[in-house]
Amino acid sequence: MKYIDEFQDPELARRLLDDIHATVTRPWALMEVCGGQTHSIIRHGIDQLLPKELELIHGPGCPVCVTPLEVIDKALEIASRPEVIFCSFGDMLRVPGTGRDLFQVRSEGGDVRVVYSPLDALRIARQNPDRQVVFFGIGFETTAPPNAMTVHQARKLGIANFSMLVSHVRVPPAIEAIMSSPSCRVQGFLAAGHVCSVMGMGEYPGLAERFRVPIVVTGFEPLDILEGVRRAVRQLERGEHTVDNAYARAVRPEGNPAARAMLEDVFEVTDRAWRGIGVIPGSGWRLSSKYRDHDAEHRFQVDGIRTEEPAACRSGEVLQGLLKPHECEAFGTVCTPRTPLGATMVSSEGACAAYYLYRRLDMPAGKTREATPVV
Amino acid sequence: MCLAVPGKVLDIEERDGTRMATVDFGGVVKEVCLEYLPDLRVGEYAIVHVGFALQRLDEESARQTLELFAELGLLQEEFGDPWEAAATEADEDAVEEVRK
Ligand code: SF4
Repeated sequence: MKYIDEFQDPELARRLLDDIHATVTRPWALMEVCGGQTHSIIRHGIDQLLPKELELIHGPGCPVCVTPLEVIDKALEIASRPEVIFCSFGDMLRVPGTGRDLFQVRSEGGDVRVVYSPLDALRIARQNPDRQVVFFGIGFETTAPPNAMTVHQARKLGIANFSMLVSHVRVPPAIEAIMSSPSCRVQGFLAAGHVCSVMGMGEYPGLAERFRVPIVVTGFEPLDILEGVRRAVRQLERGEHTVDNAYARAVRPEGNPAARAMLEDVFEVTDRAWRGIGVIPGSGWRLSSKYRDHDAEHRFQVDGIRTEEPAACRSGEVLQGLLKPHECEAFGTVCTPRTPLGATMVSSEGACAAYYLYRRLDMPAGKTREATPVV
Repeated sequence: MCLAVPGKVLDIEERDGTRMATVDFGGVVKEVCLEYLPDLRVGEYAIVHVGFALQRLDEESARQTLELFAELGLLQEEFGDPWEAAATEADEDAVEEVRK
Protein backbone atom coordinates (compact mmCIF):
# COMPACT_ATOMS: atom_id res chain seq x y z
CA MET A 1 0.00 0.00 0.00
CA LYS A 2 2.71 2.39 -0.99
CA TYR A 3 0.54 5.29 -2.15
CA ILE A 4 -1.72 5.38 0.82
CA ASP A 5 0.11 8.16 2.67
CA GLU A 6 -0.97 10.55 -0.07
CA PHE A 7 -4.60 10.12 0.93
CA GLN A 8 -6.25 12.93 2.79
CA ASP A 9 -7.03 10.63 5.71
CA PRO A 10 -4.61 7.69 5.38
CA GLU A 11 -6.01 5.99 8.48
CA LEU A 12 -9.57 5.95 7.11
CA ALA A 13 -8.30 4.85 3.70
CA ARG A 14 -6.52 1.94 5.32
CA ARG A 15 -9.65 0.90 7.19
CA LEU A 16 -11.77 1.02 4.03
CA LEU A 17 -9.18 -0.95 2.11
CA ASP A 18 -8.90 -3.57 4.85
CA ASP A 19 -12.64 -3.95 4.77
CA ILE A 20 -12.68 -4.34 0.98
CA HIS A 21 -9.88 -6.91 1.13
CA ALA A 22 -11.74 -8.85 3.81
CA THR A 23 -15.01 -8.78 1.84
CA VAL A 24 -13.88 -9.83 -1.63
CA THR A 25 -13.82 -13.60 -2.11
CA ARG A 26 -13.90 -13.86 -5.92
CA PRO A 27 -13.41 -11.80 -9.11
CA TRP A 28 -15.67 -8.80 -9.69
CA ALA A 29 -15.69 -6.05 -12.29
CA LEU A 30 -16.98 -2.58 -11.36
CA MET A 31 -17.37 0.33 -13.74
CA GLU A 32 -16.78 3.89 -12.57
CA VAL A 33 -18.94 5.94 -14.90
CA CYS A 34 -17.39 9.35 -14.34
CA GLY A 35 -14.13 10.49 -15.96
CA GLY A 36 -13.30 12.51 -12.85
CA GLN A 37 -13.41 9.27 -10.89
CA THR A 38 -11.14 7.59 -13.45
CA HIS A 39 -8.55 10.31 -12.96
CA SER A 40 -8.78 10.07 -9.21
CA ILE A 41 -8.37 6.29 -9.37
CA ILE A 42 -5.34 6.35 -11.65
CA ARG A 43 -3.72 9.36 -10.00
CA HIS A 44 -3.87 7.77 -6.55
CA GLY A 45 -3.18 4.24 -7.73
CA ILE A 46 -6.46 3.12 -6.16
CA ASP A 47 -6.80 0.25 -8.63
CA GLN A 48 -3.46 -1.06 -7.42
CA LEU A 49 -4.47 -0.93 -3.78
CA LEU A 50 -7.58 -3.04 -4.36
CA PRO A 51 -7.62 -6.84 -4.17
CA LYS A 52 -6.39 -8.33 -7.44
CA GLU A 53 -9.74 -10.06 -7.95
CA LEU A 54 -11.39 -6.67 -8.20
CA GLU A 55 -11.18 -4.89 -11.55
CA LEU A 56 -12.19 -1.29 -12.13
CA ILE A 57 -13.41 -0.70 -15.67
CA HIS A 58 -13.37 2.88 -16.92
CA GLY A 59 -16.70 4.12 -18.20
CA PRO A 60 -17.78 6.62 -20.85
CA GLY A 61 -18.30 9.50 -18.40
CA CYS A 62 -16.13 12.12 -20.01
CA PRO A 63 -18.33 14.59 -21.91
CA VAL A 64 -15.43 15.95 -23.91
CA CYS A 65 -14.50 12.44 -25.05
CA VAL A 66 -17.94 11.33 -26.14
CA THR A 67 -18.90 14.48 -28.06
CA PRO A 68 -19.27 13.17 -31.61
CA LEU A 69 -16.74 14.18 -34.22
CA GLU A 70 -19.54 15.57 -36.35
CA VAL A 71 -20.45 18.06 -33.61
CA ILE A 72 -16.80 19.08 -33.17
CA ASP A 73 -16.60 19.68 -36.91
CA LYS A 74 -19.77 21.77 -36.78
CA ALA A 75 -18.22 23.79 -33.95
CA LEU A 76 -15.05 24.33 -35.99
CA GLU A 77 -17.03 25.48 -38.99
CA ILE A 78 -19.19 27.90 -36.99
CA ALA A 79 -16.16 29.22 -35.07
CA SER A 80 -14.39 29.98 -38.37
CA ARG A 81 -17.06 32.40 -39.58
CA PRO A 82 -16.04 36.05 -39.38
CA GLU A 83 -19.32 37.23 -37.84
CA VAL A 84 -19.11 34.72 -34.99
CA ILE A 85 -17.67 34.92 -31.48
CA PHE A 86 -17.42 31.29 -30.47
CA CYS A 87 -17.42 30.60 -26.71
CA SER A 88 -16.43 27.32 -25.16
CA PHE A 89 -15.19 25.75 -21.95
CA GLY A 90 -11.40 25.48 -22.03
CA ASP A 91 -11.21 21.72 -22.27
CA MET A 92 -12.74 21.66 -25.76
CA LEU A 93 -9.87 23.66 -27.30
CA ARG A 94 -7.63 20.75 -28.18
CA VAL A 95 -10.23 18.12 -29.00
CA PRO A 96 -9.43 16.98 -32.52
CA GLY A 97 -12.07 17.38 -35.19
CA THR A 98 -11.40 16.24 -38.73
CA GLY A 99 -7.94 17.70 -39.28
CA ARG A 100 -7.93 20.55 -36.73
CA ASP A 101 -9.17 21.84 -33.39
CA LEU A 102 -10.56 25.08 -31.88
CA PHE A 103 -7.09 26.13 -30.81
CA GLN A 104 -6.04 26.10 -34.48
CA VAL A 105 -9.20 27.92 -35.56
CA ARG A 106 -8.19 30.74 -33.26
CA SER A 107 -4.64 30.83 -34.55
CA GLU A 108 -6.15 31.10 -38.06
CA GLY A 109 -8.03 34.21 -36.99
CA GLY A 110 -11.29 32.81 -35.61
CA ASP A 111 -12.73 34.66 -32.59
CA VAL A 112 -12.74 31.76 -30.13
CA ARG A 113 -13.12 32.69 -26.48
CA VAL A 114 -12.89 30.57 -23.38
CA VAL A 115 -15.51 31.15 -20.73
CA TYR A 116 -15.84 29.83 -17.22
CA SER A 117 -19.64 29.82 -17.27
CA PRO A 118 -22.23 29.84 -20.08
CA LEU A 119 -23.50 33.09 -18.53
CA ASP A 120 -20.20 34.70 -19.54
CA ALA A 121 -21.07 33.90 -23.16
CA LEU A 122 -24.44 35.55 -22.69
CA ARG A 123 -22.73 38.66 -21.34
CA ILE A 124 -20.44 38.72 -24.38
CA ALA A 125 -23.56 38.56 -26.59
CA ARG A 126 -25.04 41.60 -24.85
CA GLN A 127 -21.80 43.52 -25.22
CA ASN A 128 -21.52 42.68 -28.94
CA PRO A 129 -24.98 43.13 -30.43
CA ASP A 130 -23.57 43.29 -33.98
CA ARG A 131 -21.89 39.89 -33.71
CA GLN A 132 -23.27 36.35 -33.47
CA VAL A 133 -22.29 34.73 -30.18
CA VAL A 134 -22.38 30.94 -30.06
CA PHE A 135 -21.79 28.83 -26.97
CA PHE A 136 -20.65 25.22 -27.22
CA GLY A 137 -23.09 23.41 -24.93
CA ILE A 138 -21.76 19.97 -24.13
CA GLY A 139 -21.73 17.86 -20.99
CA PHE A 140 -23.69 15.45 -18.82
CA GLU A 141 -26.55 16.16 -16.47
CA THR A 142 -24.31 18.33 -14.27
CA THR A 143 -23.54 20.82 -17.02
CA ALA A 144 -26.91 20.74 -18.76
CA PRO A 145 -28.83 22.82 -16.14
CA PRO A 146 -26.46 25.81 -16.32
CA ASN A 147 -26.66 25.70 -20.11
CA ALA A 148 -30.45 25.35 -19.98
CA MET A 149 -30.72 28.37 -17.69
CA THR A 150 -28.53 30.40 -20.04
CA VAL A 151 -30.77 29.71 -23.05
CA HIS A 152 -33.79 30.47 -20.90
CA GLN A 153 -32.22 33.81 -19.89
CA ALA A 154 -31.34 34.64 -23.49
CA ARG A 155 -34.97 34.23 -24.44
CA LYS A 156 -36.28 36.07 -21.41
CA LEU A 157 -33.96 39.03 -22.00
CA GLY A 158 -34.47 38.96 -25.78
CA ILE A 159 -30.79 38.48 -26.62
CA ALA A 160 -31.31 37.45 -30.23
CA ASN A 161 -27.64 37.23 -31.23
CA PHE A 162 -27.01 34.37 -28.78
CA SER A 163 -27.28 30.73 -29.77
CA MET A 164 -26.03 27.40 -28.46
CA LEU A 165 -24.56 24.40 -30.22
CA VAL A 166 -26.06 21.70 -28.01
CA SER A 167 -24.72 18.18 -27.64
CA HIS A 168 -25.75 17.06 -24.17
CA VAL A 169 -25.61 13.47 -23.03
CA ARG A 170 -27.40 11.48 -20.32
CA VAL A 171 -25.93 8.75 -18.13
CA PRO A 172 -28.76 6.23 -17.61
CA PRO A 173 -29.21 5.31 -21.30
CA ALA A 174 -25.43 4.80 -21.50
CA ILE A 175 -25.58 2.38 -18.56
CA GLU A 176 -28.38 0.58 -20.32
CA ALA A 177 -26.39 0.37 -23.57
CA ILE A 178 -23.30 -0.92 -21.76
CA MET A 179 -25.28 -3.59 -19.91
CA SER A 180 -27.11 -4.65 -23.07
CA SER A 181 -23.89 -5.30 -25.00
CA PRO A 182 -23.07 -9.02 -25.35
CA SER A 183 -19.42 -8.33 -24.51
CA CYS A 184 -20.29 -6.55 -21.26
CA ARG A 185 -18.32 -7.66 -18.20
CA VAL A 186 -19.58 -5.01 -15.78
CA GLN A 187 -21.15 -6.37 -12.60
CA GLY A 188 -21.65 -3.16 -10.66
CA PHE A 189 -21.58 0.60 -11.15
CA LEU A 190 -20.11 3.52 -9.27
CA ALA A 191 -22.57 6.18 -10.46
CA ALA A 192 -21.33 9.73 -11.02
CA GLY A 193 -21.98 11.79 -7.88
CA HIS A 194 -22.46 15.21 -9.36
CA VAL A 195 -24.82 13.95 -12.06
CA CYS A 196 -26.96 12.64 -9.19
CA SER A 197 -26.68 15.96 -7.31
CA VAL A 198 -28.85 17.30 -10.12
CA MET A 199 -30.90 14.30 -11.23
CA GLY A 200 -31.29 12.49 -7.93
CA MET A 201 -31.42 8.72 -7.86
CA GLY A 202 -34.82 8.02 -9.37
CA GLU A 203 -33.52 6.82 -12.72
CA TYR A 204 -31.44 4.00 -11.25
CA PRO A 205 -33.65 1.47 -9.39
CA GLY A 206 -35.17 0.25 -12.68
CA LEU A 207 -31.70 -0.32 -14.16
CA ALA A 208 -30.37 -2.04 -11.02
CA GLU A 209 -33.37 -4.35 -11.01
CA ARG A 210 -33.43 -5.10 -14.73
CA PHE A 211 -29.72 -5.88 -15.07
CA ARG A 212 -29.28 -7.16 -11.50
CA VAL A 213 -26.37 -4.78 -10.86
CA PRO A 214 -25.64 -2.78 -7.73
CA ILE A 215 -25.44 0.95 -8.47
CA VAL A 216 -23.63 2.98 -5.83
CA VAL A 217 -23.72 6.77 -6.13
CA THR A 218 -20.09 7.79 -5.54
CA GLY A 219 -18.10 11.00 -5.22
CA PHE A 220 -14.70 11.35 -6.81
CA GLU A 221 -12.28 12.02 -4.05
CA PRO A 222 -10.09 9.02 -3.22
CA LEU A 223 -11.91 8.21 0.01
CA ASP A 224 -15.30 8.56 -1.70
CA ILE A 225 -14.23 6.06 -4.32
CA LEU A 226 -13.00 3.56 -1.76
CA GLU A 227 -16.31 3.87 0.09
CA GLY A 228 -18.26 3.39 -3.17
CA VAL A 229 -16.20 0.32 -4.02
CA ARG A 230 -16.67 -1.06 -0.51
CA ARG A 231 -20.44 -0.77 -0.70
CA ALA A 232 -20.61 -2.20 -4.23
CA VAL A 233 -18.53 -5.32 -3.45
CA ARG A 234 -20.49 -5.86 -0.27
CA GLN A 235 -23.67 -6.04 -2.34
CA LEU A 236 -22.05 -8.28 -4.94
CA GLU A 237 -20.78 -10.72 -2.33
CA ARG A 238 -24.26 -10.90 -0.81
CA GLY A 239 -25.99 -11.29 -4.17
CA GLU A 240 -27.80 -7.94 -3.81
CA HIS A 241 -28.46 -5.32 -6.47
CA THR A 242 -29.86 -2.12 -5.09
CA VAL A 243 -29.20 1.58 -5.48
CA ASP A 244 -27.10 2.96 -2.64
CA ASN A 245 -25.95 6.50 -1.92
CA ALA A 246 -22.32 6.75 -0.78
CA TYR A 247 -22.22 10.50 -1.47
CA ALA A 248 -25.06 11.72 0.72
CA ARG A 249 -23.32 14.99 1.58
CA ALA A 250 -23.89 16.18 -2.01
CA VAL A 251 -26.71 13.99 -3.30
CA ARG A 252 -30.33 14.11 -2.17
CA PRO A 253 -32.63 11.36 -3.48
CA GLU A 254 -34.67 13.92 -5.42
CA GLY A 255 -31.63 15.77 -6.77
CA ASN A 256 -32.19 19.44 -7.50
CA PRO A 257 -35.87 19.83 -8.49
CA ALA A 258 -35.48 23.38 -9.82
CA ALA A 259 -32.68 22.29 -12.14
CA ARG A 260 -34.62 19.27 -13.31
CA ALA A 261 -37.66 21.40 -14.09
CA MET A 262 -35.53 23.76 -16.17
CA LEU A 263 -34.01 20.84 -18.07
CA GLU A 264 -37.46 19.61 -18.94
CA ASP A 265 -38.52 23.02 -20.16
CA VAL A 266 -35.51 23.86 -22.30
CA PHE A 267 -34.43 20.46 -23.61
CA GLU A 268 -36.07 17.39 -25.08
CA VAL A 269 -34.67 13.88 -25.11
CA THR A 270 -33.14 12.78 -28.39
CA ASP A 271 -31.04 9.92 -29.76
CA ARG A 272 -27.40 10.92 -29.61
CA ALA A 273 -24.24 9.56 -31.22
CA TRP A 274 -21.37 9.04 -28.76
CA ARG A 275 -17.92 9.47 -30.20
CA GLY A 276 -16.37 6.06 -30.85
CA ILE A 277 -19.47 4.24 -29.60
CA GLY A 278 -22.29 5.11 -31.97
CA VAL A 279 -25.89 6.11 -31.48
CA ILE A 280 -27.47 5.35 -28.10
CA PRO A 281 -31.25 5.77 -28.17
CA GLY A 282 -32.62 8.51 -25.94
CA SER A 283 -29.16 9.31 -24.62
CA GLY A 284 -29.05 13.00 -25.35
CA TRP A 285 -30.78 16.33 -25.08
CA ARG A 286 -31.40 18.96 -27.72
CA LEU A 287 -33.15 22.29 -27.45
CA SER A 288 -36.92 21.88 -27.42
CA SER A 289 -38.92 23.51 -30.23
CA LYS A 290 -39.79 26.45 -27.97
CA TYR A 291 -36.12 27.44 -27.96
CA ARG A 292 -35.29 26.61 -31.59
CA ASP A 293 -34.47 30.29 -32.25
CA HIS A 294 -31.40 29.89 -30.07
CA ASP A 295 -30.26 26.66 -31.70
CA ALA A 296 -26.94 27.26 -33.49
CA GLU A 297 -27.43 24.27 -35.79
CA HIS A 298 -30.56 25.89 -37.20
CA ARG A 299 -29.05 29.33 -37.35
CA PHE A 300 -25.89 28.34 -39.18
CA GLN A 301 -27.12 25.46 -41.33
CA VAL A 302 -24.13 23.23 -40.74
CA ASP A 303 -25.67 19.99 -41.94
CA GLY A 304 -23.92 17.74 -44.40
CA ILE A 305 -20.52 17.84 -42.73
CA ARG A 306 -18.38 14.83 -43.63
CA THR A 307 -16.27 13.45 -40.83
CA GLU A 308 -13.36 11.09 -40.67
CA GLU A 309 -12.14 9.34 -37.50
CA PRO A 310 -8.46 8.36 -37.40
CA ALA A 311 -8.50 4.62 -38.08
CA ALA A 312 -5.87 3.87 -35.45
CA CYS A 313 -7.88 5.30 -32.56
CA ARG A 314 -9.67 2.73 -30.43
CA SER A 315 -11.27 5.17 -28.01
CA GLY A 316 -14.69 3.64 -28.63
CA GLU A 317 -13.50 0.42 -27.01
CA VAL A 318 -11.78 2.36 -24.24
CA LEU A 319 -14.99 4.27 -23.52
CA GLN A 320 -16.99 1.07 -23.28
CA GLY A 321 -14.52 -0.55 -20.92
CA LEU A 322 -13.49 -3.16 -23.48
CA LEU A 323 -9.88 -1.98 -23.78
CA LYS A 324 -7.49 -0.31 -21.36
CA PRO A 325 -5.79 2.76 -22.87
CA HIS A 326 -2.26 1.33 -22.77
CA GLU A 327 -3.45 -1.65 -24.79
CA CYS A 328 -4.05 0.63 -27.77
CA GLU A 329 -1.24 0.36 -30.35
CA ALA A 330 -0.98 4.14 -30.74
CA PHE A 331 -0.84 4.87 -26.99
CA GLY A 332 2.24 6.84 -26.01
CA THR A 333 3.78 6.56 -29.46
CA VAL A 334 1.74 8.17 -32.23
CA CYS A 335 -0.87 9.32 -29.75
CA THR A 336 0.12 11.61 -26.86
CA PRO A 337 -1.51 14.67 -25.28
CA ARG A 338 0.60 16.79 -27.66
CA THR A 339 -0.51 14.82 -30.69
CA PRO A 340 -3.82 13.29 -29.67
CA LEU A 341 -5.59 10.97 -32.09
CA GLY A 342 -8.70 10.71 -29.98
CA ALA A 343 -10.54 12.92 -27.53
CA THR A 344 -9.83 10.46 -24.71
CA MET A 345 -6.15 11.48 -24.91
CA VAL A 346 -6.75 15.22 -24.84
CA SER A 347 -9.56 15.69 -22.36
CA SER A 348 -8.61 16.40 -18.77
CA GLU A 349 -11.08 13.66 -17.84
CA GLY A 350 -10.19 11.21 -20.60
CA ALA A 351 -9.03 7.70 -19.70
CA CYS A 352 -6.12 7.71 -22.20
CA ALA A 353 -4.85 11.01 -20.75
CA ALA A 354 -5.12 9.63 -17.21
CA TYR A 355 -2.96 6.65 -18.12
CA TYR A 356 -0.49 8.82 -19.98
CA LEU A 357 -0.11 11.33 -17.15
CA TYR A 358 -0.06 9.14 -14.09
CA ARG A 359 0.52 5.52 -14.94
CA ARG A 360 4.09 4.35 -14.41
CA LEU A 361 3.39 0.63 -14.76
CA ASP A 362 1.79 -1.68 -17.28
CA MET A 363 3.35 0.04 -20.29
CA PRO A 364 3.60 -2.39 -23.19
CA ALA A 365 7.11 -3.63 -24.00
CA GLY A 366 9.25 -1.02 -25.73
CA LYS A 367 7.31 1.92 -24.29
CA THR A 368 9.18 2.83 -21.19
CA ARG A 369 8.22 6.45 -20.90
CA GLU A 370 8.72 7.79 -17.39
CA ALA A 371 5.36 9.16 -16.43
CA THR A 372 4.47 12.08 -14.22
CA PRO A 373 5.52 15.60 -15.09
CA VAL A 374 1.93 16.69 -14.87
CA VAL A 375 1.62 20.10 -16.47
CA MET B 1 -15.10 20.72 -17.05
CA CYS B 2 -17.10 18.18 -15.12
CA LEU B 3 -15.40 19.18 -11.91
CA ALA B 4 -17.75 20.82 -9.45
CA VAL B 5 -15.99 22.86 -6.81
CA PRO B 6 -17.30 23.78 -3.35
CA GLY B 7 -17.37 27.46 -2.54
CA LYS B 8 -18.54 29.84 0.18
CA VAL B 9 -21.14 32.52 -0.49
CA LEU B 10 -19.74 35.98 0.28
CA ASP B 11 -22.69 38.08 -0.79
CA ILE B 12 -25.90 37.95 -2.79
CA GLU B 13 -27.72 40.33 -5.11
CA GLU B 14 -30.46 40.40 -7.75
CA ARG B 15 -29.29 41.14 -11.28
CA ASP B 16 -31.61 41.23 -14.31
CA GLY B 17 -34.16 39.37 -12.25
CA THR B 18 -31.62 36.66 -11.45
CA ARG B 19 -30.21 35.72 -8.06
CA MET B 20 -26.43 36.02 -8.24
CA ALA B 21 -23.76 35.54 -5.60
CA THR B 22 -20.08 36.24 -5.14
CA VAL B 23 -18.48 32.95 -4.14
CA ASP B 24 -15.05 32.22 -2.73
CA PHE B 25 -13.31 29.04 -3.90
CA GLY B 26 -10.35 28.87 -1.58
CA GLY B 27 -9.08 32.28 -2.68
CA VAL B 28 -10.48 32.52 -6.21
CA VAL B 29 -13.64 34.63 -6.26
CA LYS B 30 -16.28 34.13 -8.95
CA GLU B 31 -19.80 35.20 -9.86
CA VAL B 32 -22.27 32.38 -9.32
CA CYS B 33 -25.92 32.02 -10.26
CA LEU B 34 -28.19 30.92 -7.41
CA GLU B 35 -31.34 30.26 -9.42
CA TYR B 36 -31.12 26.53 -8.69
CA LEU B 37 -30.51 27.02 -4.96
CA PRO B 38 -32.57 30.15 -4.27
CA ASP B 39 -32.54 29.81 -0.49
CA LEU B 40 -28.76 29.63 -0.16
CA ARG B 41 -27.53 32.26 2.33
CA VAL B 42 -24.38 34.29 2.83
CA GLY B 43 -21.83 32.18 4.72
CA GLU B 44 -23.20 28.85 3.45
CA TYR B 45 -21.36 26.45 1.15
CA ALA B 46 -22.47 24.88 -2.11
CA ILE B 47 -21.14 22.73 -4.91
CA VAL B 48 -20.68 25.04 -7.88
CA HIS B 49 -20.37 23.92 -11.47
CA VAL B 50 -19.65 26.26 -14.41
CA GLY B 51 -20.96 29.24 -12.48
CA PHE B 52 -24.09 27.67 -10.98
CA ALA B 53 -24.69 26.52 -7.41
CA LEU B 54 -26.16 23.04 -7.67
CA GLN B 55 -26.30 21.56 -4.17
CA ARG B 56 -25.69 22.65 -0.57
CA LEU B 57 -22.66 21.29 1.22
CA ASP B 58 -21.68 21.44 4.88
CA GLU B 59 -18.68 23.54 5.77
CA GLU B 60 -16.47 20.67 6.88
CA SER B 61 -16.79 18.62 3.68
CA ALA B 62 -16.47 21.76 1.57
CA ARG B 63 -13.24 22.69 3.30
CA GLN B 64 -11.78 19.20 2.98
CA THR B 65 -12.63 18.98 -0.70
CA LEU B 66 -11.16 22.40 -1.44
CA GLU B 67 -7.93 21.50 0.34
CA LEU B 68 -7.67 18.28 -1.61
CA PHE B 69 -8.39 19.97 -4.94
CA ALA B 70 -5.80 22.64 -4.24
CA GLU B 71 -3.25 19.98 -3.37
CA LEU B 72 -3.95 18.07 -6.57
CA GLY B 73 -3.74 21.17 -8.73
CA LEU B 74 -7.36 20.78 -9.77
CA LEU B 75 -8.23 24.36 -8.89
CA GLN B 76 -5.54 25.52 -11.28
CA GLU B 77 -7.07 23.28 -13.94
CA GLU B 78 -10.53 24.72 -13.29
CA PHE B 79 -9.66 28.40 -12.92
CA GLY B 80 -6.27 28.67 -14.68
CA ASP B 81 -5.67 30.01 -18.18
CA PRO B 82 -6.86 27.36 -20.64
CA TRP B 83 -5.10 29.04 -23.59
CA GLU B 84 -1.82 28.61 -21.83
CA ALA B 85 -2.63 24.99 -21.05
CA ALA B 86 -3.65 24.34 -24.66
CA ALA B 87 -0.49 26.03 -25.86
CA THR B 88 1.79 23.89 -23.70
CA GLU B 89 0.05 20.83 -25.06
CA ALA B 90 0.12 22.00 -28.66
CA ASP B 91 3.06 21.65 -31.03
CA GLU B 92 5.69 24.35 -30.85
CA ASP B 93 4.56 25.73 -34.24
CA ALA B 94 1.03 26.29 -33.05
CA VAL B 95 2.33 28.06 -29.97
CA GLU B 96 4.44 30.30 -32.18
CA GLU B 97 1.48 31.10 -34.38
CA VAL B 98 -0.69 32.15 -31.46
CA ARG B 99 2.07 34.40 -30.16
CA LYS B 100 2.35 36.21 -33.50
S1 SF4 C 1 -4.39 6.05 -26.97
FE1 SF4 C 1 -4.97 7.61 -28.52
S2 SF4 C 1 -5.39 6.42 -30.36
FE2 SF4 C 1 -5.44 4.96 -28.64
S3 SF4 C 1 -7.60 4.92 -27.99
FE3 SF4 C 1 -6.59 6.48 -26.74
S4 SF4 C 1 -6.97 8.40 -27.86
FE4 SF4 C 1 -7.36 6.73 -29.32
